[in-house]
Amino acid sequence: MRASGAIDCDVHPNVPSMQALVPYLDPYWQEMVDVRGIETFENRSFPLMAPINARPEWRDKKGRAAESVERIQRELFDRWDPAIAICNCLYGVQMINDEHMAAAFATAVNRWIAAEWLDKEPRLRASIVVPVQNPELAVDEIERWAGDKRFVSVLVLVMGELPLGKSFHWPIYRAAEKHGLPICVHLGSAYRHPVTASGWPTYHVEDYVVQTQAFQAQTASLISHGVFQKFPKLKVVLAESGVTWLPTFLWRFSKGWRGLRIEVPWVDRSPLEIVREHFRLTLQPFDAPQDPVEVARVLDHLGSEDLLLYSSDYPHWQFDGDDLMPAGFSEELQRKIMVDNPLATYPRLGGTI
Amino acid sequence: MTLEVLDRSQTETAAPAAPVRAKPQRLSIIDCDFHPTVKTIDELKPYLSKRWWERIQTYGLRPRHAFVNGDPYPKAAPRAARRDAWGPDGSQPGSDLAFTQQHYLDAYDVEYAMMGPLYPSGQADQDPEFTTAMVSAVNDWQLDAWAHRDKRLKASILVSYEDPQSSVAEIEKRAGDKSFAQILLLTRTNEPLGRKRYWPIYEAAERHGLPVAMHVFGYSGFPVSGTGWPSYYLEETTGHSAACQSVVASLVLEGVFERFPDVKFINIEGGFGWLAALSWRLDKHWSRLRAEVPHLKRPPSEYLREQLYITTQPMDEPESPRQLIDLMEQVGMDRLLFATDYPHWDFDDPARALPRGLTPEQTRAICSENARKLFRL
Repeated sequence: MRASGAIDCDVHPNVPSMQALVPYLDPYWQEMVDVRGIETFENRSFPLMAPINARPEWRDKKGRAAESVERIQRELFDRWDPAIAICNCLYGVQMINDEHMAAAFATAVNRWIAAEWLDKEPRLRASIVVPVQNPELAVDEIERWAGDKRFVSVLVLVMGELPLGKSFHWPIYRAAEKHGLPICVHLGSAYRHPVTASGWPTYHVEDYVVQTQAFQAQTASLISHGVFQKFPKLKVVLAESGVTWLPTFLWRFSKGWRGLRIEVPWVDRSPLEIVREHFRLTLQPFDAPQDPVEVARVLDHLGSEDLLLYSSDYPHWQFDGDDLMPAGFSEELQRKIMVDNPLATYPRLGGTI
Repeated sequence: MTLEVLDRSQTETAAPAAPVRAKPQRLSIIDCDFHPTVKTIDELKPYLSKRWWERIQTYGLRPRHAFVNGDPYPKAAPRAARRDAWGPDGSQPGSDLAFTQQHYLDAYDVEYAMMGPLYPSGQADQDPEFTTAMVSAVNDWQLDAWAHRDKRLKASILVSYEDPQSSVAEIEKRAGDKSFAQILLLTRTNEPLGRKRYWPIYEAAERHGLPVAMHVFGYSGFPVSGTGWPSYYLEETTGHSAACQSVVASLVLEGVFERFPDVKFINIEGGFGWLAALSWRLDKHWSRLRAEVPHLKRPPSEYLREQLYITTQPMDEPESPRQLIDLMEQVGMDRLLFATDYPHWDFDDPARALPRGLTPEQTRAICSENARKLFRL
């Protein structure tokens, strides 16, 4: 099924190699790459050869995928015909322990995205990669790109050093709100902590599945700390988060809030309402069964048609064939997910399509 | 905390016209989560050696968190308890048998209650040898102070789960005593509970036909979330439910259910609404990544549906009772076990917590019959 005119809110250009980034690093860091033998910062959450991380037909002979704009043009734009696709580059910047090195690589990745992707394909947009490790440097990076309307959000991983609600991160939100940039919280960990409350999982599939628990924790953190009272225009996009965990989490968290609001008196309304106003989720991977009865229940439990944003998760292998949109979604809901909801979420897209 | 959904009838459109439970307030229950405790820790002294008693006097309990006394996140109420559950003599909630009988067992028509001593239990201490001594003491105490004095009360075999060998010894010591209904672990262990180091516990459970219950809490020393320590009790208590989701994923993906098909697991106090979504997610990604876990012969959801039981408290609170029944149907009406969590503040009242619209059979299954079959009562 084609999706002409849709806004695809989660696609992933892959950095082919360190050599691709070197031209975009400052001279000092170019030298450091050479002298220290820095080979790659490929993100442990997305090992390229894992089946989930690229559809088989999108892999080249070496198994690599999504490494050039020609490929996304052919494989994504020609096939589904979206009007816009937003690049979330998952290169491992947020994993780097040296915050200055992280800042240097964030800048390099953003320069690479601008030159190799955005300049070559007008239908592409991107999230600003920031060194979350140091909010001051992250704000510098946001300011560097804020004048370029092709950058439409700020990218952070769902697992970092500190929960996202903590005031440590608030300078990032202040800058994002000022420039109309949603915060895109994407699946993936900096692995500063074990992925589960009981330590490190054994398998990649386990690591991947349980990341929804981190999305729950970050949603709870952002709300509990009063981020949306402080930054009332801020929007959060949960990307590659899965979808079906949200309703029962929200019901539980809202119940908890009713019992415990003495602890967080600044949270002046139910988390359910806050999420419906401030949070959006990308569609893929849509993790409900294919049974239309269950899909209808999931939509009923979500309780709002405003929450989902169309996404292919290109080149990740989340669905088969052309059926990006799950069966059982009404025409009207599809239209909202493909166009209206993204436009309402990313103010910087307004007037550009 | 009791459910508000019953008070929202004016907003509910999908509920059946006729009330289906004639006298819900007289429905007897098998409560799968009751928390007895000691009046003072002196109650445990007779069961402990001089060394361990002195250790308690000098250092107290030493779970993996920062405070000598109390919890890392102060709770919502003193001792996390209902404010009316303190004994007439000021004794701690859940510590006085006579008051507990009157205030809880009789008042809610409790046919049986599964005891889950949480504090002081010694589980999740930094010293596993101390845990071994303490859990054995607490197991004796459950019999002498509770189970032998009121036949409605069933004990749990607490084990020093980070030391599987000693856990097996404790299970062997208790398994022949029908006063014990289950093995009790906490969810936040040092490694995910599916890992092979814990399998001797499951082997012992299989040998003796004992369910393995996993109650929320415990201090692994790791943050409750993969992104670090939250600030608020609200976040932590919500996070326990997420921690249960990781435990369930670990059990199924490591092949515990495949290897021990006859062992039943019970997840306690993590809520149940999340289980369907987790099962779908496991199935979806397993179908793509199954080469990594060749020991799984079937989709994860099938194992979960057969071997995982789950307690109702704290009851999920969707926006309508119909949605709560959706969640119950998704989990399976035959897999839900009613729990009150007495005497804790987020207690569920059996007469008020269940949604309108359940059939009498479903209500009985959840309130008592599922547990009766599971525990062979």
